[in-house]
Amino acid sequence: MSEPLIFHFDVDGDNFTSAGQASTQVKKNLRQLGLSPDIIRRVSIAMYEGEINMVIHANGGTADVIVTEQYIEIILADKGPGIPNVEQAMQEGFSTATDSIRSLGFGAGMGLPNMKRYTDTLEIDTMVGVGTTITMYVYL
Amino acid sequence: MLVKELLGHGFKPVTLPDGDRVIDGVYIGDLLSWVMGRAQMDNAWITIMNNVNVIAVASLADTSCVILAEGVELPEDIAKTAEEKEINVLTSSQPIYETAVLLAGLIS
Repeated sequence: MSEPLIFHFDVDGDNFTSAGQASTQVKKNLRQLGLSPDIIRRVSIAMYEGEINMVIHANGGTADVIVTEQYIEIILADKGPGIPNVEQAMQEGFSTATDSIRSLGFGAGMGLPNMKRYTDTLEIDTMVGVGTTITMYVYL
Repeated sequence: MLVKELLGHGFKPVTLPDGDRVIDGVYIGDLLSWVMGRAQMDNAWITIMNNVNVIAVASLADTSCVILAEGVELPEDIAKTAEEKEINVLTSSQPIYETAVLLAGLIS
């Protein structure tokens, strides 16, 4: 594998039924590439959390996954409301999800912390009223 | 212990596409992100949540099976999704604690 592999997905907003399609597809793709179960698990969970966040907060967005020999890069971009206080959003248990979201089992305030937990680096580029782009790396 | 070996011990199969998966430990929880953050690969996951996102979480977190406790059933359309994604789902009529105790006795 010399050229990076790039996977692009559009994430639908307000659709919890289809949420996870991108991460499930990435899981399949990474499995076909023969990557270790642990790497696959870390990438898929981090990406799923990002997908769910885009569905809950941002009316969808895009997900790009770039696979090289050294790392896997995940870029999640949305045009949602932005995150006013990133430090607060990174705290386990902090959530702005509604009760209806919580009744589905989401909104535990673990999304961003899980993305950090399962990746080697996580960068959040956000502006209120403009959107959020999250870039994560998992090194191979 | 294998997932399929739970049958006949108080656990009923809903979907069992990969019954030869090994159960290595147990995780209990209903908050999906909490489960993704804390459950280990190959854990049996006991929950009362039965929406389609449970299937996605079980797939991504790579748990060996989902056990719906307290007599919770899996809707038919979600069972179909579970089958497609090769997720083992079983049910237990017992409350969560009793289900966990039963499981602990079997896998120890």
